[in-house]
Amino acid sequence: MTTEMLIAIIITVIGASTPILIAALGELVVEKSGVLNLGVEGMMLIGAVTGFAVTFTTGNPWLGIACAAFAGMASSMIFAFLTLSLSANQVATGLALTIFGTGYSSLFGQAFTGRPITPFRSIFPPELATDPVLRLIFGHSPLVYFSLIMVVAVWWFLTRSRAGLILRAVGENDLSAHSIGYSVIGVRYAAVAFGGAMAGIAGSCFPLLLTPQWAERMTAGRGWIALALVVFAAWRPFRLLAGAYLFGLVMTLELYAKASGGAFSFLPAELWASLPYLATILVLVLISLRRAGHSNAPACLGKPFMPAS
Amino acid sequence: MKADIAPRLQLRGITKRFPGVLANDDVSFAVRPGEIHALLGENGAGKSTLVKMIYGIMQPDAGEISWNGHPVTIPNPKAARKLGIGMVFQHFSLFEAMSVLENIALGMDERLGPRELSRRIAEVMETYGLKLDPQRIVSTLSVGERQRIEIVRALLLEPQLLIMDEPTSVLTPQEVEGLFATLRQLAKRGCSILYISHKLHEIKALCDTATILRGGRLVDTCDPKAETSRSMAEKMIGGSLKDIRKGEGRSFGAPRFVLRDLSTRSEDEFGVAIDRASLTVRAGEIFGIAGVAGNGQNALLDALSGEVLGERADAITLDGTAIGRLSPSERRRKGLCAVPEERNGHAAVGDFTLADNAVLTARDRLGMVGAGLVDRRKARSYTDKVIGAFSVKALGAHSLAGSLSGGNLQKFIMGREILQRPSVLVVSQPTWGVDAGAAAAIHQAIVDLAAEGSAVVVISQDLDELLSLCDTLAVINEGRLSSPLKVGEASIEEIGLLMGGVHGTEAEVHINPGGGVAVEA
Amino acid sequence: MQWKLEKRPEPSRTMVYAAPVLAVLLTAIVGAAIFTAIGYNGVGAVREIFVTPILNPLKWQDLGIKAAPLVLIAVGLAIGYRANVWNIGAEGQYILGGLAATAVALSTRDLAGPWILPLMAIAGVAGGMAWAVVPAALKTRLKVSEILTSLMLTYVAIQLLNYLVLGPWRDPMGFGFPQTPLFTADQVLPIVVPRTIVHLGVPIALVVALIAWFVMARSLFGFQIRVVGAAPQAARYGGFSANKTIWLALMVSGGLAGLAGMLEVAGTFQRMVPGFPTNYGFTAIIVAFLGRLNPLGIIFAGFAMSVAVVGGEVAQTTIGLPNAAVGIFQSMMLFFLLASDVLVRYRFRRVGAQPAGSAA
Repeated sequence: MTTEMLIAIIITVIGASTPILIAALGELVVEKSGVLNLGVEGMMLIGAVTGFAVTFTTGNPWLGIACAAFAGMASSMIFAFLTLSLSANQVATGLALTIFGTGYSSLFGQAFTGRPITPFRSIFPPELATDPVLRLIFGHSPLVYFSLIMVVAVWWFLTRSRAGLILRAVGENDLSAHSIGYSVIGVRYAAVAFGGAMAGIAGSCFPLLLTPQWAERMTAGRGWIALALVVFAAWRPFRLLAGAYLFGLVMTLELYAKASGGAFSFLPAELWASLPYLATILVLVLISLRRAGHSNAPACLGKPFMPAS
Repeated sequence: MKADIAPRLQLRGITKRFPGVLANDDVSFAVRPGEIHALLGENGAGKSTLVKMIYGIMQPDAGEISWNGHPVTIPNPKAARKLGIGMVFQHFSLFEAMSVLENIALGMDERLGPRELSRRIAEVMETYGLKLDPQRIVSTLSVGERQRIEIVRALLLEPQLLIMDEPTSVLTPQEVEGLFATLRQLAKRGCSILYISHKLHEIKALCDTATILRGGRLVDTCDPKAETSRSMAEKMIGGSLKDIRKGEGRSFGAPRFVLRDLSTRSEDEFGVAIDRASLTVRAGEIFGIAGVAGNGQNALLDALSGEVLGERADAITLDGTAIGRLSPSERRRKGLCAVPEERNGHAAVGDFTLADNAVLTARDRLGMVGAGLVDRRKARSYTDKVIGAFSVKALGAHSLAGSLSGGNLQKFIMGREILQRPSVLVVSQPTWGVDAGAAAAIHQAIVDLAAEGSAVVVISQDLDELLSLCDTLAVINEGRLSSPLKVGEASIEEIGLLMGGVHGTEAEVHINPGGGVAVEA
Repeated sequence: MQWKLEKRPEPSRTMVYAAPVLAVLLTAIVGAAIFTAIGYNGVGAVREIFVTPILNPLKWQDLGIKAAPLVLIAVGLAIGYRANVWNIGAEGQYILGGLAATAVALSTRDLAGPWILPLMAIAGVAGGMAWAVVPAALKTRLKVSEILTSLMLTYVAIQLLNYLVLGPWRDPMGFGFPQTPLFTADQVLPIVVPRTIVHLGVPIALVVALIAWFVMARSLFGFQIRVVGAAPQAARYGGFSANKTIWLALMVSGGLAGLAGMLEVAGTFQRMVPGFPTNYGFTAIIVAFLGRLNPLGIIFAGFAMSVAVVGGEVAQTTIGLPNAAVGIFQSMMLFFLLASDVLVRYRFRRVGAQPAGSAA
């Protein structure tokens, strides 16, 4: 295998990992505030169709991303209103959001089926990406750099900032946070909104970074994998990065199996396509085997906030 | 104190209504600067609601709060802290998985860097003789140490009024002495203290004034040193105290319930495990287990009821039969009934009817299940029997358990177990959060059950309750049981030292000159 | 003047029944408004989706055979949800049930007899259960979330289906179509209403729902499921094992989804095709909630949902409404149901707007 090929593979792996990483970072912050939003897949689909439609119509992918973020956030507010203001069951509401996102994206995506868009051009001068090694640094989509910046930003926010401290406190013990005088519902609304925006951006990666066209249900369960990844990473941003790249590798295998046939034909193509889902289960098993008792999960995860009055 | 200085805090006509309850009805009183003022009342008298309004967590429906002579509204806790009001909560407002420093930072409105904050914490601890390691994770601390975090957090604000909600329920008698020393020192510096409690001897020892609430209304404001405990208690209850009627010259039968080196594993990372517990309870005997909250009381109850199994079957025997590996249902069939401390969601299901709650534990002993189906008529008639025998205030067997008041639900739960005529009854916190009338009824039922030859184990944090109810006493500390003491021969000091974990541990205990007992591992 | 949510002393019985009706009404009104706003005939869409299938007798048979799998799967899911066991992979268990039944059918092609269908049914149930074994084992032994594992297995089930119909099971006489041969007469469900397509699956679904209702309301098993879901600690104290309950709940929901898969492949498709997964497993989640997790309610909810599914097909041909619109209507129904559910435990009360503390 030549260096060229290796670098091409690495760049593909990073690209395939990026949507999962972005969505999982958003969900990590949501879960740290004590809320379990199972609607990631739906919000990603809404982001994907919005990102595609706006980029297709305006020709401006940046505007596409911004609108995808906004659409994801707006859809997450349905979830927030039901679960936070009306104390509805978080599992059921998250599922409803995913079903909604699936229907919404199919409905609005229909008009765009089979039409291509031009994805991002590099934000760096093209000369920088001629050398294969330099391409490894400068040859990615802006969305990749965004995801890496967000890993550090989320880490800094959660461990170093006062707002992050308050967010963790709300997820750890909502009643205590309330009695000291923090707005539990307010913090959780903000966290869910952030998670929605990130899921929207993650969705927009599918048309803007991976395959420059619209396909129904093009996120293919990646939102669920992102949810599993948060558990795997024990709610730590840098472990999320490692986990996402691991999954990117598995999914790239699937792509290569589909494309090249021959070398991968010792197993049926369907098994290769099942790999990311089987790997998710495996990863969940491994992580629960390793952690004896200590899970690092936010103590209030998924529980509705019920103050005495 | 001069009378012409404006009171630090003055309440006029404070009223707060919840659906179906008048929690505070036209309450008025004042707290002077530097005064230690007791707020006294039974559970449900409205003390907590009142202080939540002073601290801005709730808003009064009517009435006026004045601060240093000026009327104020306190929309939220932040505003309260800005005025100079600090609060130490009964159920701590702490975050288990975070460090002491982070916990304190969360309670500060000022933005301080970690270094500056550490310096200020050290200063406060120095001044008041409180010991704490700011880097420790809260889940690794004892209950007394956790309370110290709350106190330090409140003191960092240099409060003019400190509210303490039932602060001693989690402390050993020695730790209580240390806390009182800190509070007196604070008051001497001019800080007012609003001290909420229902423990009369503490109020007599500490407070300058006492305001007594009953059923949401102010009954009296008095000088506790001029009153007797009995006179204050009767004002609090609104009637005369009933004593427990124990039969004369009680004798005990053969050992019925024996633990031999019972050990369990802790269920979660923050939990306590039971470590080689041994005890013997004879027929007719009431065996008390004292201890500071969080020392394994729940783990002990779970181990005895069968919710958590130990390794050996013979670690627990009932009338000579080894039951250590049996499930809760099997133990109940053998004659062991248990009542855990938490009523809602453990001893009873709030969303279920009382009849369904009877099925929960009485189905086997009373034959409520046949061919896999629940016999609803039998469940209803048993529920009605419990309601009648224990004068539970409920609309009937179809009432939801969650709609009953704490005292009534506790009477129902105790009745449900006692009317099954168990050979062994294990109860935890039988009168926790229960009004005096219900508490007296529950105590009498326990005594009567023992008089019929059952063996009874009572786990409680209320030492007074155990001393008046039990024949024998052991102390639980970090999951270990002390050897039994005969009630009447044991001194409070001895029990207090056991509660602090003095026996048999490697911990070094010393009493700080100005502060509480600190235990260093 | 403002409104405030206030907790009711006891949950309202009226609202328990009124909330689903309210949810359907709100969905119709808001749906009409939204679809009008985005340029469709909104009122027409609501009429075609919610009314036409009920008024048109020709559509009644469709309603029956579409409601049957929804009711079967939703009854199983509801039992699990009552116990706080969140199986959302019923679609995968449904596929496996269909595959297991197909396996029996393919290996009994040369045989005849009334025993083949029951054998296919047993295989279907076993297939659905087998797919639910993984989430159950991982949940009880390692505390791995059954939500994620059951869902991941759905994707795997789809791949397995594709592999089988494209490969080993492909009909050699099928002109290259990725599908199995047609089932024989003894492998196909009998028609119960002459001159319709209503097969035996419809009465089976009804009977299963009625039995489930009786079991949940009267038996100790039903009591166990309810107490584990409402208060796990109290359940343990009452002597009910949480792990046993998780196993039971997942086996029942997996088994019923598998049975639905068998009935669907033997009744409607009569062969295995790649288009076999039709989202029944996900739609049934909405049916379970709309039916208040109560098997009797689920019969009505399953019928209502099949009205929407059939109506969606009608609207597709008559007014060109995309099929995806049905998904939007379905999720809106669930959103509105979850929102109106708040009225079961809470009520609105008017409160004065005067600031607290100012009243002397």
